[in-house]
Amino acid sequence: MELNDLTNTTGEWLRGSGPQADIVMSTRIRLARNLAEFPFISRASDQDRADIEKLLRDRVLKIREQSGELLYVNVSDLDRLDRQFLVERQLISREHAEAKGARGVAIGSGEQISLMINEEDHLRIQCLHSGLDVQGAWDQIDRIDDLISEQVNYAFHPRLGYLTACPTNVGTGVRVSVLMHLPALVLTRQIDKVFRSLQKISLAVRGLYGEGSQAMGDFYQISNQQTLGRSEKELVDQVTDVVPAIIHYEREARDFLIKESQQTLHDQVSRAYGILRTAQTISSEETMHLLSKVRMGINLGLIADLPMLKLNELFIRTQPAHLQKISGVELNTADRNIERARFLRRYLNREEDGNGGKN
Amino acid sequence: MKCQKCERPATFHITELEGGKHTELHLCEQHARQYLTQGEGEPGSAPTIAGALAQQLAVGQTAEELAQLDQRACPICGITFYEFRNQGRLGCPHDYVCFEKELEPLIANIHGETVHKGKKPKHGASGTQQRTELIRMRREMKEAIEKENYEKAKELRDQIKKIEATQE
Ligand SMILES: [Zn+2]
Ligand SMILES: [Zn+2]
Repeated sequence: MELNDLTNTTGEWLRGSGPQADIVMSTRIRLARNLAEFPFISRASDQDRADIEKLLRDRVLKIREQSGELLYVNVSDLDRLDRQFLVERQLISREHAEAKGARGVAIGSGEQISLMINEEDHLRIQCLHSGLDVQGAWDQIDRIDDLISEQVNYAFHPRLGYLTACPTNVGTGVRVSVLMHLPALVLTRQIDKVFRSLQKISLAVRGLYGEGSQAMGDFYQISNQQTLGRSEKELVDQVTDVVPAIIHYEREARDFLIKESQQTLHDQVSRAYGILRTAQTISSEETMHLLSKVRMGINLGLIADLPMLKLNELFIRTQPAHLQKISGVELNTADRNIERARFLRRYLNREEDGNGGKN
Repeated sequence: MKCQKCERPATFHITELEGGKHTELHLCEQHARQYLTQGEGEPGSAPTIAGALAQQLAVGQTAEELAQLDQRACPICGITFYEFRNQGRLGCPHDYVCFEKELEPLIANIHGETVHKGKKPKHGASGTQQRTELIRMRREMKEAIEKENYEKAKELRDQIKKIEATQE
């Protein structure tokens, strides 16, 4: 497996078939870990970083037997485009892409697992699952963490738990995030109510997705704020318990919209689909916005000829770095917008060469 | 809902934890981008929750107390509390011990708790102190080389090797 092979695949987490996948796009858990015998990244010398990278790469690759094939990428060697590509696939963070010095990422087959070395912490383990699967993601990441902890000395404090570069992650180092598609709650203007109730139980909501500030219509990420004083199980349960309630509200809002304004809704969805299939130039922001509408249309049965997996793929493949990797040339913004429109037309109009270079 | 900074519709809803309370921001795309990228490209100046909170908590102290506190440095990695307040990132695991008193209210503010309840590493956390010492020794070795004190650097290198060997 090589980095370029990923261009032709869709990460396991995007397959759109996990539990509640019509509303929950993905579940992600990450663990922040540090080695006891090195300074945190902010005080690490170039030599320290190189030593940490070497040591952790070696240990991480040893878990291969239990976790399947791992592709190791030296992020510091990659050009800008490839780094952005990994960010768009959620395999590394934007910070990791833009950082300096020795750093790398180990990627599991199916792209469910990624292990970032020398991000904000020495090691960031991430598990990304399709749909709502907090427990499944936790079981997997817990196992990987155990395997690695047998080979290294994690910085650990008897009272404070796992020690992290930022005190916001100390304790368990666990961040559980669920990415939800909530178009009906947005349309019915109830999304703020949901936000307020989540804040009361100290869950954070971000109306953002993926590539840093890249817009993605109606997608919201819900995650735990607290990492200390609650066990991993409690953190997992907290998110697991609250997400079904939000799903329930979203479904109610969808039913309401279908009942009260099906025609308007159908019109909006059809127009969005129409623009995506016919535009000659289109920005990434507009694409996200329209794809979100079409996604809702599929879930409401208003669009029948587009499978969810295909639609999900478009979220990834219309991002700037993906477009450029697929087309094989570096493009400026204006040319990207033309290429994006061309790609969408071919993909959605089912022309023979339009399945994104799969054949 | 309108953007808080202009007339466009707010499509981004960002929740920030700051000063122990949540603040909601409703922004249009352009302003959200601006907000989220502020401080980018200037390392150390990016506002972090911990940094912002540390700034706020320090307000209660007198200027003199603060100046004294800020100058205190971790004996292991050398970071001062002032540097931490500015960048919101700690320098090494030992900082949690040496700045314990200062970090305690900060941690309580962020998490509402101060005692870990979760899993422990499989590898016992024993010998942590000796491992932390490695951070100091590597730093001192680097400083010795910079000062061309190769005698001391060699001594430190041998000690480091010895400790590393016992850990394999
Ligand atoms: Zn605005
Ligand atoms: Zn320190």
